Amino acid sequence: MNLRSALAAWVLGLALVVAACQPAATPPATPPASQPGGEVQPAATPAPQLSGEIKIDGSSTVYPISEAVAEEFQKAHPNVKVVVGISGTGGGFKKFCAGETDISNASRPIKTTEMETCQKNGVEFIELPVAYDALSVVVNPQNDWVACITVAELKKIWEPEAQGKITRWNQVNPQWPDAPLTLFGPGTDSGTFDYFTEAVVGKEDASRGDYTASEDDNVLVQGVANDRYALGYFGLAYYLENQDKLKALAIDNGKGCVAPSEQTVRDGTYQPLSRPLFIYVNRKAADRPEVEAFIRFYLTQGPALAKQVGYIPLPETVYQLALQRFEARKVGTVFKGGPQVGVSIEDLLKAEQ
Amino acid sequence: MERRQRREMAGKVFEAVALAATVFGLVVLAMLLFDVARRGLGVLSWSFFTSYPSRFPEQAGIRSALLGTIWVMALTALFAVPLGVAAAIYLEEYAPRNRLTRFIELNINNLAGVPSIIYGLLGLELFVRGLKLERSILAGALTLSLLILPILIAASREALRAVPMSLREAAFALGATRWQVIRHQVLPVAFPGILTGMILALSRAIGETAPLITIGALTFIAFDPRGPLDKFTVLPIQIFNWVSRPQAGFHARAAGAILVLLAVLLSMNGLAIYLRYRLQRRYQW
Repeated sequence: MNLRSALAAWVLGLALVVAACQPAATPPATPPASQPGGEVQPAATPAPQLSGEIKIDGSSTVYPISEAVAEEFQKAHPNVKVVVGISGTGGGFKKFCAGETDISNASRPIKTTEMETCQKNGVEFIELPVAYDALSVVVNPQNDWVACITVAELKKIWEPEAQGKITRWNQVNPQWPDAPLTLFGPGTDSGTFDYFTEAVVGKEDASRGDYTASEDDNVLVQGVANDRYALGYFGLAYYLENQDKLKALAIDNGKGCVAPSEQTVRDGTYQPLSRPLFIYVNRKAADRPEVEAFIRFYLTQGPALAKQVGYIPLPETVYQLALQRFEARKVGTVFKGGPQVGVSIEDLLKAEQ
Repeated sequence: MERRQRREMAGKVFEAVALAATVFGLVVLAMLLFDVARRGLGVLSWSFFTSYPSRFPEQAGIRSALLGTIWVMALTALFAVPLGVAAAIYLEEYAPRNRLTRFIELNINNLAGVPSIIYGLLGLELFVRGLKLERSILAGALTLSLLILPILIAASREALRAVPMSLREAAFALGATRWQVIRHQVLPVAFPGILTGMILALSRAIGETAPLITIGALTFIAFDPRGPLDKFTVLPIQIFNWVSRPQAGFHARAAGAILVLLAVLLSMNGLAIYLRYRLQRRYQW
């Protein structure tokens, strides 16, 4: 390779890029004139084949569900390009409210500040619940002194005031051993962190800071699995995949101990650590046929797909109500701008009608 | 006599420390490679390369991510290399030594140390929103071009500086113009060095995730990118996503994708070494 050929290669490459950037040549606008005397061609009425692009972004928690729905939808409609990104619930709403995406994945309801941004940019949205997620509180399998923990005890462990003070198990409950308490939890950028602090401490993002934090839940799994005196919290799916290495605690919210399971999450007894997940659809985009078809597909096939990827489907009636909500193009949120803990999504949707 | 022994002793100790430092790096690298290979070799199959991402780990593949990486790297090289080399030639061969050029040099060196996510934010405002390129391959490649320009310029300048001044002076003495000197004497000699810098810069770009996520590169793409304005994903983003999934099957896929990324990287470096070896022999003085 000498200089001349290098230069030639570069010019060729640039030419290719410029050529590829040009809009594709449009087919001739006028159809060929029908042959005189020829047989009359039947008017071509092809089945309305969907095409276009659907842009989805947002929460990493909701991502596996949207990915699964996108995968299946594209098999049914190969000309529709569905793309899914991960930029967090907050990051997703930033793009959504700027009108850059059609659908936003969210692991919590939209916040007031985000709604204001949307409004400023003239973006209206339809809010649709798609599945349940639950948080699991886990300990090491060798931990034989605790099987159930109260919300008050969790608060005592995780509240900001505990920092540097609550460092041994018997400080939380005198019946527990005098042994070090090592804590594992998600980092502050995570929606799981937002929700747990709100549900347990009572104030969003209020948490002690002296624990091992990671945005990667698999790191937390390893941490708890390797330390007999560990306690941690993360999404239920990570516990279900690692049941041989972890022990999940039942949660006592004043009504007795409830262990996390599909059953207890669905009937609303595993509280306060279960929460609904949402997608937000841009109102304008919802009128595009491919987006409309995608949302219908999401709300009908979504439950089974959510289950396949480790989430818990909502009750059947909720999907029906959500579908009605979508068909009526009902915009706005049923939440009042803040994450609400322990609400039944079914009640909220019904109250709306 | 005793003093001499002590001096020799000190020399041996230093040698041992230096050797230990070398071995440490190599051992860590070997462990890393071994671990990734152990986890990832099993998933490398033809369908791993031809399948799109999927919710089923055993069906998930890297097709869209690998194609995205190839597209982005090719365009990045196309934009960054001529700009970087031209800037280096100007700074080394033409620019007068004054305050302004020193200021420019200082800034280029500082830019090389700016965290990559900052380039992502710049790319988001400038290319994605300003030039309305959206989240396209083109926007990603332009962002990465900015990211590696300082490295490229620094490496190219280093290569140009290594060309003996006597070579230029000889050419000038024969009446060659500045352009002729650069074109026929300096560049051919400096070319292998520039090439090495280019490959090193591209090796940095190929592993970048943060700036691409910032400009909005996607994670799930189930079609082939066909042009510079298409949406895209790249291997590091796909790896990042698979590593953070709960299912162990995805972790194996991530290890497999890491192996592919390593293979692409090593073959790029191998190509640079080969070209440098071939070209260097031709210019001797």
